[in-house]
Amino acid sequence: MTTQVSQPGAVSRREFLKLGWGLLAGVAALEGGLAAVQFSLPRVAAGEFGGVFTCGPVEAFPPGSVTPFNEGRFYLLRLDDGGFLALYRRCTHLGCAVPWDPTTNQFVCPCHASAFDQTGQVLNPPAPRPLDRFAVAIQDGQVRVDTSRPLEREQFDPSQLVYA
Amino acid sequence: MSESTSAPDPFWKKLWRSAVREPYTGDRRSRLRLVMNNLILHLHPAQVPVRTLRFTYSWGLGGLSALLVVLLAVTGAMLMFVYTPAPDQAYQSILALNTQVWYGQLVRNLHHWAGNALVVVVALHLLRVFFTGAFREPRAFNWLIGLALLLLTVVANFTGYLLPWDQLAYWGITVGAGILAYVPVVGNWLSQVLLGGPEIGPATLLNFYGLHLSVIPIAMLFLMSLHFWRVRKDGGLSVPRGVDEAPVLKDENVTTFSDLVRPEAVWATVTLTALVLWSMFVNAPLEPLANPDLSPNPAKAAWYFLGIQELLLHFHPLIGAIVIPGLALAALAALPYLSGDMDSVGVYFRSRRGRWLAAFSAAAGALLTVGYVLVDEFYLDLPALLPSLPTLLSNGVVPLAALLLGLIGYHGAMRRFFRATRCEATLSVFVLVLTGFIGLTLIGIFFRGPGMALLWPWEVAGH
Ligand code: HEM
Ligand code: FES
Repeated sequence: MTTQVSQPGAVSRREFLKLGWGLLAGVAALEGGLAAVQFSLPRVAAGEFGGVFTCGPVEAFPPGSVTPFNEGRFYLLRLDDGGFLALYRRCTHLGCAVPWDPTTNQFVCPCHASAFDQTGQVLNPPAPRPLDRFAVAIQDGQVRVDTSRPLEREQFDPSQLVYA
Repeated sequence: MSESTSAPDPFWKKLWRSAVREPYTGDRRSRLRLVMNNLILHLHPAQVPVRTLRFTYSWGLGGLSALLVVLLAVTGAMLMFVYTPAPDQAYQSILALNTQVWYGQLVRNLHHWAGNALVVVVALHLLRVFFTGAFREPRAFNWLIGLALLLLTVVANFTGYLLPWDQLAYWGITVGAGILAYVPVVGNWLSQVLLGGPEIGPATLLNFYGLHLSVIPIAMLFLMSLHFWRVRKDGGLSVPRGVDEAPVLKDENVTTFSDLVRPEAVWATVTLTALVLWSMFVNAPLEPLANPDLSPNPAKAAWYFLGIQELLLHFHPLIGAIVIPGLALAALAALPYLSGDMDSVGVYFRSRRGRWLAAFSAAAGALLTVGYVLVDEFYLDLPALLPSLPTLLSNGVVPLAALLLGLIGYHGAMRRFFRATRCEATLSVFVLVLTGFIGLTLIGIFFRGPGMALLWPWEVAGH
């Protein structure tokens, strides 16, 4: 004789199936959500902004120079001591393009008047942090800037400079 | 079955009858059946309480919102045939629309102005629902659906703003997405997904195109259907009454066709005519082609975000752009579930005292806002006063706490000194915050010039 003995705390067949369907539905929803997110993730074309820029030979950038690269959305700076720094020109306040003002040696944002010094540090708010930078590498005497990822920082620090 | 001796009906008559289902004779029963049998008309009940027809109660604002949405769908579909969503062609296609397409400029103007008008009309509709207390049960959930529709309206405008790819579009969206990036933890990711990269580019345009032309309209259509359905299920419109009138339990009904449909048609015709006339004489703005190398000065977001952009000048971005608007939205959503002692549904501003307090709070809100902006601009420098604190605290949490305490204090003062009931005190706080927000928006639009300096409107216009 087979009788169904339901032990206390045991899961009935009905409950088990409910749980199973629930889990499956959950997994399906998760997969759908993940697919939607993956689908809408940033897409970057090679060779445009977002790729690696070859700026030129080291000698082309004398110490104390600021060279804009509009295509790459950055400034290549060579400080007086010869160190290279690439600054993303996007204002850290709300994203306007920050022009370099050679008369005052500052970056001054036209939108809400944030000002940054030559190393990108904030001289005047509302910008909450220094200009982001891009990684600089020097290979075979050529300066290369990788614009794939802006690097945020709390302040300027000499370790951010790259020397030939 | 009786064989008729007269000639059989002509084909067109049969077609007509098959379409309308029942002949219309004009008597009461026929008028009721007409509303029930017509897909569009049956959004309405067949008959409505005569009081709810009072124009100065609803101002027809919900219906006007729906009308504008339909107009936007029609003009939007026309624009689709001309517009190309690629950075090197978008601006050209708008120029071609303006100069080479018959009525192109007019259609673009209509779409532009209807979109802007929708923001205003939906906001006014929200205000009328709030001030008549119509958000209370059983209409609480419809209030939430309405809030979602308001958000969708703003997002629809925001995504459409980028499409012309002129300077206005490029930098308005840059600043708008910059605000989004301040959301804690996920902000950067959100703005990257929305823009399809770290900055506005071809991917952004395609994203916004997809959102603006399909995701948002479909969501709106769905929520609007739900909204209308709920209006009927919640017992129709809340019934208006005078300040000293007792709640109306039983009211005389009139037939929807045509006691409701006629004023609707008149109101729709009047506003459509006004909109067409306006669009004939005032062109939608179009600035030079977007230039990623050159930010204009000042760079402003779209006008409906300028209240928030003004907050950004006074608060740390996280507080000004995310926390304060977020709290305001949360308060609006919680309103029907939290507000107590309210038996004043249908009475504008709750009561006689409510009217008086609303006027008082509007004046107070305007004065306090202008006062605060001036003092903060010229005298108050919290980060300098509290140098040991990070700016998130000194320029964010500290003034936010002061603001919230001030609002609680205002609520208490209304209760104590003006003997306001709880719902009258809530109304007063709402009006205070509302006039504050309107004040900030007006300052942002008319009084901020280059570098976001405070100027007179005629000086701002000169730039
Ligand atoms: C696209 C946006 C919207 C459309 C097309 C729309 C449409 C309508 C329509 C046609 C009505 C019927 C009565 C009237 O015209 O006042 C209505 C009522 C109502 N709406 Fe909306 N609405 C929208 C947004 C909102 C918003 C933003 C809210 C508030 C958060 C809201 C809350 C309500 C409530 C509670 C009612 C019932 C009012 C009563 O019974 O007195 N709606 N809406
Ligand atoms: S975007 Fe540069 S200061 Fe606001």
